[in-house]
Amino acid sequence: MNRQVSATLSGQMRLQLKGITKQYPGCLANDKVDLEIAAGEIHALLGENGAGKSTLMKMIYGVTKPDAGEILWQGAAIDIKNPSMARKMGIGMVFQHFSLFETLTVTENIALALGDEAGDLQLLAKRISTVSKQYGMELNPDRHIHSLSVGERQRVEIVRCLVQDIKLLILDEPTSVLTPQEVEILFVTLRQLAADGCSILFISHKLKEVQALCHNATILRGGKVTGDCIPAEAGATKMAQLMVGADTPISSDYPKATGGEVFLAVENLSKSSEDPFGTSLKKVNFSVRRGEILGIAGVAGNGQEELLAALSGEHLLDSSDPVKFAGRAIGLLGPRERRQLGLAFVPEERLGRGAVPEMSLVENTLLTGFLQGLLNFGFINQGKTEQFSQKIIDDYKVKTPSNRTAAQSLSGGNLQKFIIGREILQNPQLLVAAHPTWGVDIGAATAIHKALIELRDKGAAILVVSEDIDELFLISDRLCAICDGELSPSKATQETSIEEVGRWMTGVFEPSEPTAPQHADSMLNTSTIN
Amino acid sequence: MFLKLEPRGEASRSMSYLSPLLAGLLTLISGGIFFAFLGHDPIDALRIFLIAPVEDLYGFGELCVKAAPIMLCAIGLAVAFKAQVWNIGAEGQLLMGGLAASAVALQLLDVESLWALPLVLLSGMLGGGLWGLLAGWLRTRFNANEILTTIMFNYIALYLLLYFVHGSFKDPDGYGFPASAMFGDSSILPVLLEDTRLHIGILFALLAVVIIWVMLSRSFIGFQIKVLGLDSNAAKLAGFKHKRLVAIVMIVSGALAGLAGAGEVAGPIGQLIPSISPGYGYAAIIVAFLGRLHPVGIFFASMLMALIYLGGELAQIELNVPLAVTSLFQGMLLFYLLACDVFINFKIKFNRPQISPTLENS
Repeated sequence: MNRQVSATLSGQMRLQLKGITKQYPGCLANDKVDLEIAAGEIHALLGENGAGKSTLMKMIYGVTKPDAGEILWQGAAIDIKNPSMARKMGIGMVFQHFSLFETLTVTENIALALGDEAGDLQLLAKRISTVSKQYGMELNPDRHIHSLSVGERQRVEIVRCLVQDIKLLILDEPTSVLTPQEVEILFVTLRQLAADGCSILFISHKLKEVQALCHNATILRGGKVTGDCIPAEAGATKMAQLMVGADTPISSDYPKATGGEVFLAVENLSKSSEDPFGTSLKKVNFSVRRGEILGIAGVAGNGQEELLAALSGEHLLDSSDPVKFAGRAIGLLGPRERRQLGLAFVPEERLGRGAVPEMSLVENTLLTGFLQGLLNFGFINQGKTEQFSQKIIDDYKVKTPSNRTAAQSLSGGNLQKFIIGREILQNPQLLVAAHPTWGVDIGAATAIHKALIELRDKGAAILVVSEDIDELFLISDRLCAICDGELSPSKATQETSIEEVGRWMTGVFEPSEPTAPQHADSMLNTSTIN
Repeated sequence: MFLKLEPRGEASRSMSYLSPLLAGLLTLISGGIFFAFLGHDPIDALRIFLIAPVEDLYGFGELCVKAAPIMLCAIGLAVAFKAQVWNIGAEGQLLMGGLAASAVALQLLDVESLWALPLVLLSGMLGGGLWGLLAGWLRTRFNANEILTTIMFNYIALYLLLYFVHGSFKDPDGYGFPASAMFGDSSILPVLLEDTRLHIGILFALLAVVIIWVMLSRSFIGFQIKVLGLDSNAAKLAGFKHKRLVAIVMIVSGALAGLAGAGEVAGPIGQLIPSISPGYGYAAIIVAFLGRLHPVGIFFASMLMALIYLGGELAQIELNVPLAVTSLFQGMLLFYLLACDVFINFKIKFNRPQISPTLENS
């Protein structure tokens, strides 16, 4: 914080935004946004999805231009015409989705990004090694991108910015793809960079990380700045309220449950992926009991999709034994038959799998709700279907003009509430939810968490697969992690820690034994003893 | 560029209905210009082309005779297109329907029974349906693109028909002409209006339109077909059976095209001849899209397409222009429709040099 004060005293800000306004058709993305970043400052830009963070940083990086307002770089007004001009000024940006060529080496990728400035490749490779060592991000310049982990790929993107003369580094949600351990390493690097005088704009919606890392924070909501604060001093609740508005409830804590008999049992499930670049499942063992939520953590692409497809029935197994519902082997049954046995499923993609974008909410109700007495001899009972859709909208407070609205015109959070509501109102015995609050605003996320807890307390078995480890700790009763198609053993949430789950996510665990039901009994015993 | 296409964000509903009307209007204007270049008074030529053919009852009868097979093919195609199964093979399915119906009708030349006609029509539907199913099976079993297979099946169907009409189906008393014997009276579709050729085939077409309408809007199978077309991942997750649905839409569209073929040989033609369709199956593709894959739209579009067929014939007689004018109008209609459809998702923006407010202020 001293650094920040001294920078202010010196009077020269590295970057100043004054009254930045950007209008998109039908949406005021930024409304008179002011922002100041000093040299050596780590500045957080906080806000929910759609708050205008991306638009703002695109303007700083020269991708789009503001309609009004001015940008001051080192005290002088400047018109940033395009990203290459921004790069020349010393602005580097690491996007959420990496832009790397998988078949090229680290050096070749960075050379491509640098263009003419790359110079001799061997010299560049040397510089990459020195720079990456200097900032504690070991990187072999000769390795091909496809052989790198997600964390290492992010390093390539950061090093790409660092080999240039960098004055401002913009990071867009950099931690969303990392394990907790990798996040720690990244933070060490960023602090060291800031100490060397580089300014960092850290875009995030994770309050804990912002508190741990950033000197200052600017909070956006609906395109407007709702507050500036010093994260270390302001409470997380205060920042959260600034992000979502005072009237939105925020989930805090839910009582944990231990559950009853096992409903879903997965034993020695091995399945090679149908996607050539997918991850095969290797002897996965776990069980979910009635009245409990099991959370599966893991970095994307470690076999989650394959596991979910094997549970939903989209990919049938080779034999029926590995997956059991209440003791009945169902590995060869299709999605419809599994639904008849009590399965409900919330897929990762809301639009284009969970809901048909062009269809109305009424029709989307029918999509998976057709087993709920909405059909008469093959014909649709329009009245009942409309009633059911209205009940979902009312019970789950889905904000929509009417139930005739097309699914695609709902906001992500509202559509997710609708899908969760549609699945829960079918009174499932097992609910499988993939990334249930991904890209959803905090208000909707809280509503979804509450709905899941309520369903659990009614006695349903719930499996949540998520990349958001905070969410998993918040709602799960038991936790495990998936890495490269292998599943870690599970532990009650209170008995494990973020560090331990983080280790599981990197594959540090003994494979779990296929004795799920016994395991459950022993857990029950310990819980009664306690 | 002064004109710029800008995405609308949301598809325009009114434009999706206006587009076919606009396409029709543009076709008329271009047709007028085209007639003018040929030295005809454009208004008079268009009158001969579009109004004269239906000025009397006989003309109206002819309109319906032409509209019936187009409507049957188009409504069937609409079902397949809704599922995003691109059946381009209505022509071949129509021919196979005509061939199968003829095969049965030729066995019943001297039979006088009420069952003869239903049998002929059903075998036509069966022939077309199986021909469609074959392409559907190739798609689900071998992932063969149905656009290519159905087009190729069109030619196979045509040559099969020619093989039989020049061979075993040829009328032994026909002086060597490639045509079958005239069908027996009990295998011929009854005429609806006296002094016209209007037969009950048009009723089948109207019935098919209503049944498909109900199926698509009210039945669960219709719902599954629509979901499959809009979002195959959602269909998979919901457990809708992809292969079965593809088979169903190919059978339905094939059977309806087959019925159209049976209606031709057992209707106005009355025998199997080498050319039983002047491209009805291809015209039906245009009709299906012109009618927005909606039964009501397809009804009107079929009538228009039938009128273009009639107008082409009359223009050939009265204006001395080649029959190709029919294809020309069909083509223009399709191109204008595709062009106008761009405006469903895009709008035109006029680019004027603008001074941005920031510059004005500073």
